[in-house]
Amino acid sequence: MMTKRFFEGGLDRRIQLLLVVLVAAAVVVPVLNLAVPPTSSFHIPTHAVALMGKYLCYAMLALSLDLVWGYCGILSLGHGAFFALGGYAMGMYLMRQIGPRGVYGHPVLPDFMVFLNWKELPWYWYGFDQFWFAALMVMVAPGLLAFAFGWLAFRSRVTGVYLSIITQAMTYALLLAFFRNDMGFGGNNGLTDFKDILGFSLQAPATRAALFSATALVLALAVIVTARLVSSKYGKLMVAVRDAESRTRFLGWRPENIKLIAFTISAVMAGIAGALYVPQVGIINPSEFAPANSIEIVIWTAVGGRGTIMGPVIGAIAVNWAKSWFTAALPEVWLFALGALFVAVTLFLPKGLVGVWEQWSAARKARTKRASPTVPPEKTTATEPAASAARPAPVAAPLMGVEPKPAE
Amino acid sequence: MAPAEPLTNTILYLDGVSVSFDGFRAINNLSLTLDKGEMRAIIGPNGAGKTTMMDLITGKTRPDKGDIYFDGAHDLTRYDEAEIANLGIGRKFQKPTVFECHTVEDNIALSLKGPRGAFRTIFDRRSASEPSRIDEILAIIRLTDRRDELAANLSHGQKQWLEIGMLLAQEPKLLLIDEPVAGMTDAETEETARLLRDIATRHSVIVVEHDMHFVRELGVKVTCLHEGSVLAEGSIDHVSQDPRVIEVYLGR
Repeated sequence: MMTKRFFEGGLDRRIQLLLVVLVAAAVVVPVLNLAVPPTSSFHIPTHAVALMGKYLCYAMLALSLDLVWGYCGILSLGHGAFFALGGYAMGMYLMRQIGPRGVYGHPVLPDFMVFLNWKELPWYWYGFDQFWFAALMVMVAPGLLAFAFGWLAFRSRVTGVYLSIITQAMTYALLLAFFRNDMGFGGNNGLTDFKDILGFSLQAPATRAALFSATALVLALAVIVTARLVSSKYGKLMVAVRDAESRTRFLGWRPENIKLIAFTISAVMAGIAGALYVPQVGIINPSEFAPANSIEIVIWTAVGGRGTIMGPVIGAIAVNWAKSWFTAALPEVWLFALGALFVAVTLFLPKGLVGVWEQWSAARKARTKRASPTVPPEKTTATEPAASAARPAPVAAPLMGVEPKPAE
Repeated sequence: MAPAEPLTNTILYLDGVSVSFDGFRAINNLSLTLDKGEMRAIIGPNGAGKTTMMDLITGKTRPDKGDIYFDGAHDLTRYDEAEIANLGIGRKFQKPTVFECHTVEDNIALSLKGPRGAFRTIFDRRSASEPSRIDEILAIIRLTDRRDELAANLSHGQKQWLEIGMLLAQEPKLLLIDEPVAGMTDAETEETARLLRDIATRHSVIVVEHDMHFVRELGVKVTCLHEGSVLAEGSIDHVSQDPRVIEVYLGR
């Protein structure tokens, strides 16, 4: 009953459009990949399907960051850690699926454990031969870490740049830990050589297409959950905490709890994105914990437009598409281009690509309004028509010029 | 242990309160009582401890020594900000602080008295009594026709009123109001005095203000703070003729 109430309403036209595109992609892309012959110009090759699936995982990761950064003002520079933890949980399931087909042919132990002369499976690998258990851990592991980290950090009122620094330290600490062979997660090499998922070969085009569809549908679900969350009373409180934390506190709310809920939900979402990512790229290793990865997520979100639902999805896909193109055509230029992009967005597009589009459509609306004779009189006398039309939907985005205040 | 006898008609009771920051005594053996339903104006030069006193009452700062009791039973030194707010103390900041990205109506809706659990707000529906309560408050602060406007688009004075409206939505027993007319036009100042006098008929209020004209307009008992303790107390005429108040604050 509560769930039904949660999903009622709250989805505006633009989000509905995004959902339609995602569901259509989930259906059309596999058809064009599997049913259309490779000779046709409508055929989508399997490697492109995997690439698009990867982009959608990144989009979901950016959306999860946007929930805490764009709406709640928590600039996490360690969101890659939650993504990687979800990825490792899925990777452990895929390792157990290999069974006796590994290079050393051990019935239970993954190859790297045999190589390290381990005799028994560590206790924390138990249960990962079951998909349901792995799927649960994909959410529980990042969720628990985020809950514990957030509980300590938010209760101690660590905010702003200090919080960003300790999230960065968190992902770096995990990077170092997962590099160690005796952690039992494959050390430097990570987990790879996966064979199949739920009994279907990961090399088969049909499995890859199915993984893409699953990713598109899960992203659609994440969009719905995020949209409903930010339009609820809780979502308004998140924005309240972002803009005036002490005001919220002196009204009797507990900003630390509001942040903790957002941070935990966001980490779970990032973990699911990581779990969908690993079977599509075929490997998970400690480099996913690298601080630079987490910073890239921030750039995708900023480019698309933080504090919006569309922004991070568009930003993640656009930047990663550009990255694929650049690293093939001009590999040495990519990092400069990425840096320049971030500087340009920060200076000229504080609301990202979505902000540009909003401004453009507002200006167009204002033009048509001015041209039409049925202008409501109070609109023109009190304020500039352009200014009133440019007013963004409530909650949708931080206003131009109204930047979230630094925490007191 | 709460002092028993003198508190029956007292909403706020400060006794011998001191607090230092890095050796600087911001509040020095301050004692002050406020009766239920009373409005009090607090004046005093910069650094007299006016804002620190508010921090002490609202739990932002803990006293080094001394007692602070609210409504007879509650030892405020043992609660944090959110708990104190829910006991019934509302605080307006010196700089108007409202939720700029929300509409005027949402600003009030988020402030309305009610359960403050964060998790339940995910599934929260507006209760039936909310709209009428919001209408009532918007009428008091004269922002009814701007209810759908974003708070960021309000004028400075209107933001001050909105913040006072947010305090009223909390249904507090005591309102602490820090410099409500700073930066206001004369007309707005007069309007604010009317608003506060109206509020004081149903609540206990402490107003910190520099504007002596405004304090005179409120027509209530005045306390002058200096170097963290009470320098003079009484009617505006009594306090403003006190030679020590003239010396440290009003100037000759």
